[in-house]
Amino acid sequence: MRREAPKTVADYTPLFFPGFMLVIFFVVPFSTMIVVSFFKRDPAGFYTPDFVIDNYARFLSVFFGSVLGFSLVLAIIVALCCVAIAFPFTYLLTRCPRRVQTLWLVGLLSVLSLSEVIIGFAWSTLFSRTAGITNLFVALGLMEQPVALLPSFGAVLTGMVYQALPYTILVLYPALVRLDPTLLEAARTLGASPLLAFFNVVTPALRNTIVATLIMVFVFALGSYLLPQILGRPQHWTLSVLITDQAIYQSNMPFAAAMAVFLVLISLALVGMMLLVGRKENAL
Amino acid sequence: MTALRRFYFTLVALFLAAPLIVVAGVSINEKQELTFPPRGFSMSWYGQIFTDPEWRLALIHSVTLAVCSAAIAVAIALPLAWFLWRRIAPWANIFQVLGLAPFILPPVITALGFLTFWATVGLFGQFFTAIVSHAIFFVTLPLVTLSLGFASIDRSLVEAAATMGADDRTVLKTVVLPLILPYLVSGYAFAFVLSLNEYIVAYMTIGFTTETLPIKIFNALRYGYTPTMASVSVFFVAVAALVFGSIARFGDIRRLLGAMGSDGN
Amino acid sequence: MSGLAINDITKKFGDFSAVDNVNLTVPHGTFVCLLGPSGCGKTTLLRMIAGLEEPTGGAIVLDGDDITALPTHKRNLGMVFQSLALFPHLSVGDNIAYALRIRGKPKEEQRKRVEDLLALIHLPDFADRPVAKLSGGQRQRVAIARALALSPKLFLLDEPLSALDAKLREDMQVELRQLQQRLGITTIVVTHDQREAMTMADLVVVMGKGKILQAAPPIEIYRKPADAFVADFIGITNLLPIETDGAGRATVLTAVAGLSLPAGMSKASLSIRPEDVGVAAPRSGALTGTVSFVRDLGGTIETFVDVGGTTIIAVATPRERPNVSVGQSVGIVLPPESCVVLKP
Repeated sequence: MRREAPKTVADYTPLFFPGFMLVIFFVVPFSTMIVVSFFKRDPAGFYTPDFVIDNYARFLSVFFGSVLGFSLVLAIIVALCCVAIAFPFTYLLTRCPRRVQTLWLVGLLSVLSLSEVIIGFAWSTLFSRTAGITNLFVALGLMEQPVALLPSFGAVLTGMVYQALPYTILVLYPALVRLDPTLLEAARTLGASPLLAFFNVVTPALRNTIVATLIMVFVFALGSYLLPQILGRPQHWTLSVLITDQAIYQSNMPFAAAMAVFLVLISLALVGMMLLVGRKENAL
Repeated sequence: MTALRRFYFTLVALFLAAPLIVVAGVSINEKQELTFPPRGFSMSWYGQIFTDPEWRLALIHSVTLAVCSAAIAVAIALPLAWFLWRRIAPWANIFQVLGLAPFILPPVITALGFLTFWATVGLFGQFFTAIVSHAIFFVTLPLVTLSLGFASIDRSLVEAAATMGADDRTVLKTVVLPLILPYLVSGYAFAFVLSLNEYIVAYMTIGFTTETLPIKIFNALRYGYTPTMASVSVFFVAVAALVFGSIARFGDIRRLLGAMGSDGN
Repeated sequence: MSGLAINDITKKFGDFSAVDNVNLTVPHGTFVCLLGPSGCGKTTLLRMIAGLEEPTGGAIVLDGDDITALPTHKRNLGMVFQSLALFPHLSVGDNIAYALRIRGKPKEEQRKRVEDLLALIHLPDFADRPVAKLSGGQRQRVAIARALALSPKLFLLDEPLSALDAKLREDMQVELRQLQQRLGITTIVVTHDQREAMTMADLVVVMGKGKILQAAPPIEIYRKPADAFVADFIGITNLLPIETDGAGRATVLTAVAGLSLPAGMSKASLSIRPEDVGVAAPRSGALTGTVSFVRDLGGTIETFVDVGGTTIIAVATPRERPNVSVGQSVGIVLPPESCVVLKP
């Protein structure tokens, strides 16, 4: 059995079901959303068919601008924090024995798969007055009284870094685990200390990986929709929260759709940039 | 270096575990209060998941959703990955992109896409719409594991089977399927666990009519805390750890996560 | 006609001809080695015989039937792959029984056949072992047994011994040849190892750049190579350029007495095997040169002699050890009966 081009209709049979499902339930819904973004809001139902660009025009408001700006800045900070923590961690992890690696990977996957609801709930508990970390500080004599650490920007940031960290580590893992160990050994024989070799050899060798990971984590963080609601104040709401809010609570599906389309465009532009970076890396 | 590593690992482990430890602590409070360290000891909040009618119903919804949607996701991914491996058809890669897209885009977007779609076709709120939506949303996972699985099959195995008289169908049954079975199981398991935890897509498709566990936790978060939320969260962590632990035990989780090239070296 | 006939077979990949108009007849029961450097088209030719590649042109005829368009699984052949391709999810016994199992043969017959084949490859009682637990040599034998399970008409092997270490490889070569002679099965082996070809084959087919350069029994290939490429590829040889002097006599560097070029040829190569080259006192041989290196391998001694910029190697046994050392001036004896004149 050679790998060959399909010749008869029968050869295409395996594609029928996946193709049907993906087109009907992904391409069509996605297109529906784009179409709806040009419709008019119907307070009684979902929307009225129309062709207006009001939904997009609303982006020009100060409010929207500040939400977008905040979302982008927050996602950038999350991405930077995650990569800064995860890169040395993942590097050290890949030098561990297999069994240790496997154990960590299982743990990381378990945390990664956790619902945003659960992460939000867990951190809101940890930051709460009654069950929070400040109780520990009081017990240690560092504080007079337990206090609530939320809602606050710090809480939102912590929650989002928590959510994105396992993702970052797992994105970095393949590149780091396949890094040629002799590269480092060569640096060591030339007199570099392990720490120096890490900064002088490993980091520059994986510069493009780091950039690509930053972008991926950035897009991932842009998608966070619950943590800013649970852990922050309304001024900490991001574009994703706003979309949920408009779609569900304000019943303004066209405006939500317009914002979603906008978010897709930003994400696509960034993924495109990432692919470009990846191509450059392969070309080297 | 070793001491530094140990210190750093401990910090990361502490960061990742801290909220879960607190939640676990809260879940064994004796009274209906969210305090930590817990006052008294009681496992009754775990019992609540199964005895309280509302929580039990949410559990049944979540498990049904996860079991069915993961099965459909695998049913979509398997023939697609098989076709892409078996045939030379560059344009068919578009389906692979379609399979990867829902997972890479911010989840709110996919969720809103489903919301507008089901609302437009008039099926909004029906339970099966969540199953289909989750299947599409998580098709990426079995698609990735199965593509890895197919790529790891030495093509000479297939050729060897052919020289011994096996036709296409026999090769598929006796060689290909047994070899990708671990990848199929992993793909199903990944989709299952993530579907169990998923909130936004479920919420935007059936959130007004049906409660899954994540939706129930979120509603409880808004309308009144109960330690059952904590026990359910611990339950979720345990399920995830159990599933991924089994994958690691019976399969090669490092390979699944890209530790080795697709050629199996 | 009983046997395999390859008629005008061509395989093109784009503009590149991997196999270029090849003709070959293999009588029933012959052991053939396809020999050549990597990229010469030998594996492609084998895969076309197996039906794993589709020829661009030509026909493959087995026992009088044209099988060119027949899919692999209907060809009734046994093949051993370079990677061995043992099914990792099956035990040794299930691997060997595969061909019988997919044909729905009774369990008892499968078990009996597996037992016979395991005895044949000297691995009795291995049926239940997992493939992963076998050593390199054992895996090799299991792959051979699996290919022979249905007593195929044609036994094909693609670099079957390349993964084994040198010693084991030599043992397996002998074993494979003995097995083939016992079964009398038409066998085609692809190899790039000329020693392997010399050990096993009835017929050695030397290929280069998609074409057959020479097809002959091993000793004939060694003694009467068709051209300089074949001479160089089979064993070690000294290739010396021949030019004619004004009177039409051939000159090799200086001269070899009594050697003349075939009519119509003005340039050629002289090939002489190192074991035929004699080392003597200066000016007593055909050529004179300086010893540049002596390699004493224990069983043989190789003397490298530099003659006007060309290195000539002479091989001797310890018994006839030439007592020379590096830097010494020596004479080279080229017995005319051992010299072969080849197209350059």
